[in-house]
This record gives sequence, C-alpha cells and structure tokens, in this order.
Amino acid sequence: MSEEPAANTKRMSIIVTKGTLDWAYPPFILATTAAAMGLEVSMFFTFYGLVLLRKKLDLSISTLGNAAMEMPVMGMHMRMPNIVGMLPGMDALASTMMKNLIKKKGVASIEDLREAAVESDVQMIACQMTMDLFEFRREDLIDGPELGGAATYIEMATKSDINLFI
Amino acid sequence: MTEQTLDARGLNCPLPILRAKKALKDMKSGDVLVIHATDPGAVKDFEAFCRSTGNALLDSSAANGEFQFRIRAHG
Repeated sequence: MSEEPAANTKRMSIIVTKGTLDWAYPPFILATTAAAMGLEVSMFFTFYGLVLLRKKLDLSISTLGNAAMEMPVMGMHMRMPNIVGMLPGMDALASTMMKNLIKKKGVASIEDLREAAVESDVQMIACQMTMDLFEFRREDLIDGPELGGAATYIEMATKSDINLFI
Repeated sequence: MTEQTLDARGLNCPLPILRAKKALKDMKSGDVLVIHATDPGAVKDFEAFCRSTGNALLDSSAANGEFQFRIRAHG
C-alpha cells in the first residue's frame, strides 16, 4: 500500500481539551482509526488535554459532574450520586473499576492507542500557552509533538475535511 | 497470491481495524487477509474501512459468536 500522502488525501484535525481517562478515548480512537483509513491526522493538545502527552500517563476519571455515568456492577448498572462521588477515594475507586472493565472487554489502553497514533504518523501539537500556564517542561512530554499555538491549529483546520473539538 | 490470517478475537473497537491495517501494510496487492473477530461492531466497521481504503471486502460471515472477514489488499 502506498503511504505517500496524495493530493486528494483527506485530512482530519482534533482539538483535545480533556485529560481524564474516559475523555482520552474518543480523540485517540478516532485519530488512530482515521490514520488507518488513510487520512492525514493532526491532534492539538490544549488545556487539560495536554496531560495526555506526558511520558508517564496516570489517568483517572472524575465522578463529579459526570451526570450520566454508570457502571455495570453484578449484572446491574450503578450510578453514583454526586454526594457519594465527592467522598475521598471515590474517583480512585471508579477509576480502578473502569480500568478493570477496559482490560476485561478487550479495549485498548490509552498508552497503546497513543503509541499506535505515533506509529501511524499522527501529527501532534502541544499548546505552547498551556505549557507556560500549567508549567510543563518539554522533557515532561513524549518525543514527537511539536509546540504551537492557535494560528498553527487554524492553518491545520483550514486544510482539513474534518475538524473535531473534544 | 498469499493468504494471511489475523486473530482479532477478544479485541474491541478500534483494535481489529488497527491490527488489520498493520497487516495489510506489509502485504502485496492481491494478497488476502483473513480476520477472525468477536466484536460485533467490526462487521459495519470493516465495510466502511474497505470502502474508504480501496481494499476489497471479499466476504463477511458470522458463526457461533465469531465473525470472519476476507479482505483483498489493494496496492
């Protein structure tokens, strides 16, 4: 198969703004799948999405404000009221449950999806302003991503057939 | 023409597609990739994948909770 980007190659860009375990899935699933389908893909990591570029990922989910979140427990679906979700340890508990489910159901880890994205030449841009704002150092991030700003993204977006904000 | 098999059983979206793409990349035009999967979502996804990439979906079948796809690589 030809891997050369042709003139008619479709392009997709994704702005990644969230860094919890659950929100990390949509951008990486779509980016890797689009790349597998021959699209040129760019991801722009900004605000809380920037943590997804950290060398060591330590992602968790937040139960708070996650109104429709429920998890399968012993054949039923369990919801967590905010008053319970705010108790210490609840995020950790929910994250552990989620990670167990991910393994059990054959869902890829974010680490694996990110590696697949890098392998399939998905272009990654880390937001320079967020780096400054949250005091990230370049060496905190994996190799590969370039630094850029809003203008960099807009240029990518104007050339893209699909632009997503996640 | 050679035939290659990919065991994607137990894998969930998007892994069957990603693994298939990885295998197809190293195959010659006309070679056939046979994929075994258990993800029901893969049925529609392999149709879309093949339409978009020009690889030919020769056959898609289901039996005993397992799915089999035959894809002819397009060089």
